[in-house]
Amino acid sequence: MKNILFILLTVFVLQVDAQETVAPAKAHQGVFFISHATIHVGNGTIIQQGTIKIKDDKIESVGTDIAVPDGAIVIDATGQEVYPGLILSTSTLGLNEVGAVKATNDTRELGELNPDVRAIVAYNTDSKVINTLRSNGILLANIVPEGSFVAGSSSVVQLDAWNWEDALYLKDGGIHIFMPSMQRSRWWRFFTSNNQSDPYKEGLAKIEKLKTFFKEAKAYAAVKEHEETNLKYESVKGLFDQSQTLFVHANNVKQILSAIDFVKEFHFKVVLVGAEECYRVAPLLKENNMAVILLQPHQLPDMADDDIDQPYKNAAVLQKAGVLFAISDEASDTRGRNLPFNAGTAATYGLTKEEALAAITLNAAKILNIADKTGSLEAGKDANIVISKGDILDMRKSIISRAFIQGRQIDLTNKQTLLYEKYMQKYNLK
Amino acid sequence: MRILQRCFIWAVCVLLVLPMAAQPTFPVNGVANPNHGYFAFTNATIVQDALQTITNGTMIIKDGKILSIGKNVQTPAGAVEVDCSGKYIYPSFIDIYTDYGVPQPKRQSRSSFSQGQQLFSDTKGAYGWNEAIKPGTEAFKDFSIDNDKAESFRKLGFGTVLSHVEDGIARGTGVLVTLANTNDNFVMLKERASAHYSFSKGISTQSYPSSLMGDIALLRQTYLDAAWYKQKPVEEGTNLSLQAWNNNQPLPQIFEANDKWNDLRADRIGDEFGVQYIIKAGVNEYQRMDDIKATNATFILPLNFPKSPDVSDPEDAATVSLSELKNWEMAPSNPAAFEKAGIPFCLTTADLPSTKMFWTHLQKAMLYGLSAEEALKALTATPAATLGIDNLVGSLQEGKLANFLITSGPIFDSKTEILDNYIQGHQYEINPDASTAGSYRVTILTAKGDENYTLEVKNSKSATLIGKDSLDTKFEQEGKKITIRFSPGKKESNTKKSMAENAVRLSGLASGQEWSGIGIDTLGNSITWTATLIKKAKSEVKKEKKEESPTLGKVFYPFEPYGWEEGKLPQQETILIQHATIWTNENEGVLTDADLLIKDGKIAAIGKNLKVKADKIIDGTGKHLTPGIIDEHSHIATASVNEGGQSVTSEVRIGDNLNPEDINIYRQLSGGVTTSHILHGSANTIGGQTQLIKLRWGVDDEGLKFKGAAPFIKFALGENVKQSRYNVNTRYPVTRMGVQEVLIDAFTRAKDYRKSWQEYNEKMKRGIKTAAPRKDLELDALVEILEKKRFITCHSYVQSELKAAMEVGDKMGYTVNTFTHVLEGYKVADKLLKHGANVSTFSDWWAYKMEVMDAIPYNAAIMQKMGLNVAINSDDAEMARRLNQEAAKTIKYGGVTEEQALKMVTLNPAKMLHVENRVGSLKVGKDGDVVLWSDNPLSIYAKPLYTIIEGTIYFDRQTNEEKMQEIKSERQRIILKILNEKKKPF
Repeated sequence: MKNILFILLTVFVLQVDAQETVAPAKAHQGVFFISHATIHVGNGTIIQQGTIKIKDDKIESVGTDIAVPDGAIVIDATGQEVYPGLILSTSTLGLNEVGAVKATNDTRELGELNPDVRAIVAYNTDSKVINTLRSNGILLANIVPEGSFVAGSSSVVQLDAWNWEDALYLKDGGIHIFMPSMQRSRWWRFFTSNNQSDPYKEGLAKIEKLKTFFKEAKAYAAVKEHEETNLKYESVKGLFDQSQTLFVHANNVKQILSAIDFVKEFHFKVVLVGAEECYRVAPLLKENNMAVILLQPHQLPDMADDDIDQPYKNAAVLQKAGVLFAISDEASDTRGRNLPFNAGTAATYGLTKEEALAAITLNAAKILNIADKTGSLEAGKDANIVISKGDILDMRKSIISRAFIQGRQIDLTNKQTLLYEKYMQKYNLK
Repeated sequence: MRILQRCFIWAVCVLLVLPMAAQPTFPVNGVANPNHGYFAFTNATIVQDALQTITNGTMIIKDGKILSIGKNVQTPAGAVEVDCSGKYIYPSFIDIYTDYGVPQPKRQSRSSFSQGQQLFSDTKGAYGWNEAIKPGTEAFKDFSIDNDKAESFRKLGFGTVLSHVEDGIARGTGVLVTLANTNDNFVMLKERASAHYSFSKGISTQSYPSSLMGDIALLRQTYLDAAWYKQKPVEEGTNLSLQAWNNNQPLPQIFEANDKWNDLRADRIGDEFGVQYIIKAGVNEYQRMDDIKATNATFILPLNFPKSPDVSDPEDAATVSLSELKNWEMAPSNPAAFEKAGIPFCLTTADLPSTKMFWTHLQKAMLYGLSAEEALKALTATPAATLGIDNLVGSLQEGKLANFLITSGPIFDSKTEILDNYIQGHQYEINPDASTAGSYRVTILTAKGDENYTLEVKNSKSATLIGKDSLDTKFEQEGKKITIRFSPGKKESNTKKSMAENAVRLSGLASGQEWSGIGIDTLGNSITWTATLIKKAKSEVKKEKKEESPTLGKVFYPFEPYGWEEGKLPQQETILIQHATIWTNENEGVLTDADLLIKDGKIAAIGKNLKVKADKIIDGTGKHLTPGIIDEHSHIATASVNEGGQSVTSEVRIGDNLNPEDINIYRQLSGGVTTSHILHGSANTIGGQTQLIKLRWGVDDEGLKFKGAAPFIKFALGENVKQSRYNVNTRYPVTRMGVQEVLIDAFTRAKDYRKSWQEYNEKMKRGIKTAAPRKDLELDALVEILEKKRFITCHSYVQSELKAAMEVGDKMGYTVNTFTHVLEGYKVADKLLKHGANVSTFSDWWAYKMEVMDAIPYNAAIMQKMGLNVAINSDDAEMARRLNQEAAKTIKYGGVTEEQALKMVTLNPAKMLHVENRVGSLKVGKDGDVVLWSDNPLSIYAKPLYTIIEGTIYFDRQTNEEKMQEIKSERQRIILKILNEKKKPF
């Protein structure tokens, strides 16, 4: 017990001069409590004045009637809000360091059919960006490759690790498809007067080809021994037993509708990513049991004609239709750190705050197939916990005081806090 | 048959070479054939111009001119009489916007990204510095008859065109020619008839100008340079471009603008330099008729109305914007709108995908309200008067050119055909006289004897041959040429087959009412045939089913979704907001349960329980009232952002190319923004002059401007101005070392320039006549900075460049008013404070390029704690509508207080923009620019409910809902209309 207290304290005492020396926390063993907390479970419920008991890397119990023995290690969270660790459900974190510098970009491989390409192997745990997310309460991220059609597989990582192997939370859990455009952009119509090509037709043809690939892969999977190994077929095996999820990056209605086939014909577990026009097809998504990851609520509507607040309102439309959805953050200038505020905006435009929270915790976990391990503050799950001084969804109050990944209290220092300290010292500011 | 062919060729040759009078200097090969084209057109309805018509009149022409015209004119001896009974004569049309007979510019592709920028002109010779300024282009020098093109114009009724080379910003002179096919010498009426300009640099591959505002600046500077060049400055040498520019000034000046806002932009350039342009318009001027009228210009209107967008699939239809739909519906009313507004205009075939569409589009314009009288004027008298060539063409008067049309009826009736187009007295047959319609007796001479038929000719494409029964007949008359194909025997239901298996083929020539020719019978034997008119068809006066003028939607201001319907623009009101939490940004701090009154656009009172009358009372219970948000760094509402053609472009002005129809104006109103500083981009070290605007959604470009605000200019440092991401660099500088040198050099030149003017002014004061220095718009702006009349906002990131920019300022005697972005400002906050700069930054952007790797979200807080005046800006159209939230992040990152945070997007930017006496806080006497929020304005849960600028409510949630409904119903109405219209010919 004392040891744990010691670890907890040392983390806060450690003040270093570069992020390079911010070390991942050591595995947690033992028991500690978070008490007097307003606990946002992640599933919609709030426990006032609650206690969480953490043992080793797991939450042992959550409630208002948990006995805290004398001498136990207790974090008194009076006046604070406790949340499940936030989950960034689509990200190029660790694959892309400096947007404009090509040498630092490992997001997109050549070729159109790359189901075998794995994002996890390029995930750099030493990225300077990672720690700036942790300090905003984001403890898990789905690392996703980009591409021109079938991009590869994503893996979920926890954000406190020495290397990608240690970071792995769910390996190669998603196969990612970026849908062809399907639709003529307004610019396209502007610049070309004769409509020779039909992007809808071309897109559908491309998808048909992919379906053939899946049929072949299915047949291949049914055979145990192969004369000739096909890496591409091998890599999508998990889709057929739903141990892998098919993530379809699609925005317009035509793209979204053409993804329905993957459910109907192959019975894949399908998640739409982006889905800017989901508000127009929400009942069909519900009917086909398709989940959605909203990428960027903070964006402009596609057309001048659209509801000026449409991107803010999409989450509420999905909620009302009963579609399972998560909210992510793909802003390239802020790199995912504003995830809780994206959810906050969804709460301003139609969700309850707890529904908005679920979109970045439990529902995100469900969509990423990790809900058995995380996403909510419930007994038996990993102790991925964030303590905030106020409402985590509102930047006015969202100040993270502590965070735990699998029971380990992690260092909330990042490159930026260190520079802050450095210059506060220079100017003798407080 | 051979004889017939020869006749044909001969006839064609006569038409081609028939000279009106031999050209004295030209030798004759053969025997001279003097000819005067002496004709009398009698019994015609002669429409001399839109106002005067002579019925049953006579017109005599000779030597290509009208000799006399009138009711009682006798046919003189020696003239050939042409009976025009039942026909009309009109002046032939004039198109003053063509490139007929002149070379087409050839474009070469060039990528500055992969090839580097081309900073100097590639044109060889003693010309000016910019490839796009081509006043020396003289269309007449390269003009040559292009008969194919001429014919296409003649068919439409045109007799005279003005032609110029459509290339460049200054395009040189236009040549006035007729469309006769005689020879180049005779058709050229006026070799230098006009001078031409545009906003398009055409085939120039030079990097400057790369923006609309650059085009404007280049034109302005060239006016100044040309005036200066008149004093023959030795330092300029010979500049043929400026010389030509000056030579062209007395000509009619025609500006191709092609769009309502560009029309106004062109006109303003003209106003500045005392030039009234004739403006080549687009098809959207009807959207801003008051502004268009105020130009006092004569317009040249194209008829390229948009074709109906594809809306057959609802999903495709969804991608067609409302403004596109509305423009489809309303564009054909553009000429009518000019007529209604009393603005003089000409019509042109320009911009039509095919000149063949001219008549259908003209008729469409007439259906949409353009009167026949005005249409005729716009094709004759107005272009003639506009070019000052009404002594030659434009109406039918004695002494003018014999350019006229003979038509079968009133020219704009849909059934009327143009029969002949006479140009300079030469006849060009357009449509054979439709009066050939009638019954003909046809005799086919076969070996077995004569076979007689009757041919009922309906028109040049349709006739039926009748033997015992009606026969399956194909008929075509093209000029004199006749072809007939028929299947003898009973007409069967399966006509195609019978014609294919069994047909007689005839061809021949018409010689008035007698036709004759040869043919092949069903067995392949040669035959001959004749035909004679028995009975002329009665000219049917068909009752034309008059198509109804369409009902159109209303013009929206702006012509965009969420625009205000004509007559419904929001008005300034006396507004009282009651019981609100008022964030004053003044010493009073935050007042609870307080009232605020706006009257005459200003804040008139703040306090508890104000007892005043108001047009509108808003209950602010539980709500928060703040000053309008001010965005220090924005790029909305502008037609172009970057003039990257050179490293120093202080001459360009964002204010020259505002776009008041940017939907982001409205979207940002919904986020509580009332004032935006519209900046030039960061493509070069010294960018362009900026424009402060208020988001008055619905007004025109001038109306957006924040009048009386201090002028600013954009500077930039670092990666963008070094063009770090270009593959090939040709533009200086490519290092931060060079960036500082650019600044030092520019201000050194500015100082010398200022000195030269000071010396000149001194000398002039003392009465010593001396040549004036060149007026340089680029250096003028820099001199204004030195004289503290213009202020800098400088795009910047890393500490070294911040220090370097301050060093130049300190050396040259100016202060960098604002460092914008300034992401490493926290590293040199003390230095910034000492220099006296303001700072405007992002809340939390970083890691998108190398120079932002040390950016920290605590930047604003540190700088604020150091005593700097700090603003949070957007530089992003989406983020701008959440600037309150961006400000709130300074609470999270660095512990700034809520009131201080709000000031970072209101009072602080007002201060750095030198407008804090007008906006930024809630104080009696300041502008009534306020936002009523649903919640604490720093909370993510806060939504603006009302956004008010100077007492006018530009945004509120209920009106927004109504507008959304309006958009839906208007879209639905027009899409259904298109789906129904598809069946019609247009």
